[in-house]
Amino acid sequence: MTAPAQPAPAAVRSSLAGRSLPAWAPWTIVGVAIAVGLLAGVSTGLNVALGIVLGVLVALVAVPAVSTVVEGGRRARDRLATLLVTLAFALALLPLLSVLITVVDNGTARFDATFLTDDMRGVVGEGGGALHAIVGTLEITAAATLISVPIGVLCAVYLVEYGGGRWLARAITLLVDVMTGVPSIVAGLFAYALFSIFFGPGIRFGIGGAVALSVLMIPVVIRSVEEMLKLVPNELREAAYALGVPKWLTVVRVVLRTAAAGIATGVTIAISRVIGETAPLLIIAGATTRTNYDIFDGRMETLPIFTYQSLMNPGARPEFGVDRAWAAALTLIIIVMLLNLVARLISRFFSLPSGR
Amino acid sequence: MSKRIEVSGLDIYYGKFKAVEGVDMIIESRTITALIGPSGCGKSTFLRSLNRMHEVIPGGRVTGKVVMDGEDLYGADVDPVNVRRQIGMVFQRPNPFPTMSIYDNVIAGVKLNGRRRMKRSELDDLVEQSLRGANLWEEVKDRLHRPGSSLSGGQQQRLCIARAIAVRPAVLLMDEPCSALDPISTLAIEDLMQELKAEFTIVIVTHNMQQAARVSDRTGFFNIAGTGQPGKLIEMDDTSVIFGNPKVKATEDYVSGRFG
Repeated sequence: MTAPAQPAPAAVRSSLAGRSLPAWAPWTIVGVAIAVGLLAGVSTGLNVALGIVLGVLVALVAVPAVSTVVEGGRRARDRLATLLVTLAFALALLPLLSVLITVVDNGTARFDATFLTDDMRGVVGEGGGALHAIVGTLEITAAATLISVPIGVLCAVYLVEYGGGRWLARAITLLVDVMTGVPSIVAGLFAYALFSIFFGPGIRFGIGGAVALSVLMIPVVIRSVEEMLKLVPNELREAAYALGVPKWLTVVRVVLRTAAAGIATGVTIAISRVIGETAPLLIIAGATTRTNYDIFDGRMETLPIFTYQSLMNPGARPEFGVDRAWAAALTLIIIVMLLNLVARLISRFFSLPSGR
Repeated sequence: MSKRIEVSGLDIYYGKFKAVEGVDMIIESRTITALIGPSGCGKSTFLRSLNRMHEVIPGGRVTGKVVMDGEDLYGADVDPVNVRRQIGMVFQRPNPFPTMSIYDNVIAGVKLNGRRRMKRSELDDLVEQSLRGANLWEEVKDRLHRPGSSLSGGQQQRLCIARAIAVRPAVLLMDEPCSALDPISTLAIEDLMQELKAEFTIVIVTHNMQQAARVSDRTGFFNIAGTGQPGKLIEMDDTSVIFGNPKVKATEDYVSGRFG
């Protein structure tokens, strides 16, 4: 049998192919539109930002229009959606970058060795440092974490593994939701009122601040750990039960272990949430100029309060106070960043081994 | 080591819903018993009630008797954890622990139960023995410390069998162990079951009637009268009788493919 001669495939245009814009085209249009907008903004003496906004709006119309003509409606809608998503991303990034750049720009002036090794005792003008605030922030946050993580993790374990929709579990879930919305100043007042019962009014110490932060932190920990535990497949629990492993051991060695990476991330988010708190600490931890390492005795300064104080009560020469405030903000951001880095490492250490 | 199970008047519930009704069954020691029947007829539910895994599901409860060598598994003071140490289970989908290596998966039951510390050499022996028992040793002996999830589906299922037999149960329950596997892996597991029969009592739920006919000594046919009705054990006999000359019409229809 001889096969009939095949028509040369190159000669026939595939019915599945269509005309399409080259990959660079839409982004070129966006770039040109923004450039033109920028130019218009500058040349007419109008706002530069307004020029960019106009350029983006023009691009949002121009790209789908060109695409409709060349490629047809469906591709055009895809281009529009791509543009909108990218725009949303850029908008979300804008304030973040702006804050970061401003803080780094202003903070580096006083971010030096003295700043990290000196406190503010006797400083009224130039010099001084944030050692007392760094120590306070680290100690109070660490103590808050030590209080919150066990309570939060155990509570989440109860909700997911034991509560099973019982009224107690539902009540706890409701309370956790309410606690998430508690204003931080209320947490400070709570800690102040609590410790006033035992130590009399006017009590100020670091551990009080840690308790106040725990009130804010616990619901965040519970929520994130709960979600992580729910992600652990039921099959793994059943596999352990079927081996005759008691429930508590299943929870500890299988469920928590499987969810460990996610839990580490959740705890970091919770820490980041409270490390920048100001109001509750102002009430219960107080403010001071000397370095206090003892969390159980005496006032403790933290970085946010240091920033606030440097700005509001800068002493004899305000300009130095402002520099110190920016440097403190920079220090706080660096601490949070390091924390996230550590969490990444922990998370990688605990994460599930990959397939092959 | 293997044991005989007598089930009498067993009703199984999900909350108020009666899923399985009035099962009387004798599972002989050192045999393979296959449970067949249409989807939703309660085979898996019945299987899970044999090692008290049914009650892990909220609302799951059981009335009636399951007696293993004279001991009622549902007796007042019986600890389900002890029952499950005697009666192991292999599930439909392979479920090795993702955080553990092949080695740790095999000894997971022994280690997590932690009743006594085993020496390293004892553990090594147990791992080799169990993996050999599950026909997996030759394939994985050089990579025991790779994650269990690095294996293929059929290997993972055999790893789960190794894990189940490592705790030395008397009975092995298998809930459609081959339904997610290719024919070659299926064959490997069927061969394995024939070997395991020498030591263990095996109960297998399967949708594959050729498989039931191939591997089992006794076969039970479950059926359901309609949706919302409880499933019942229709007929139980030697496999050759069920597939050759069943007494009940419904069984004959089912095994010959005229139904379900």
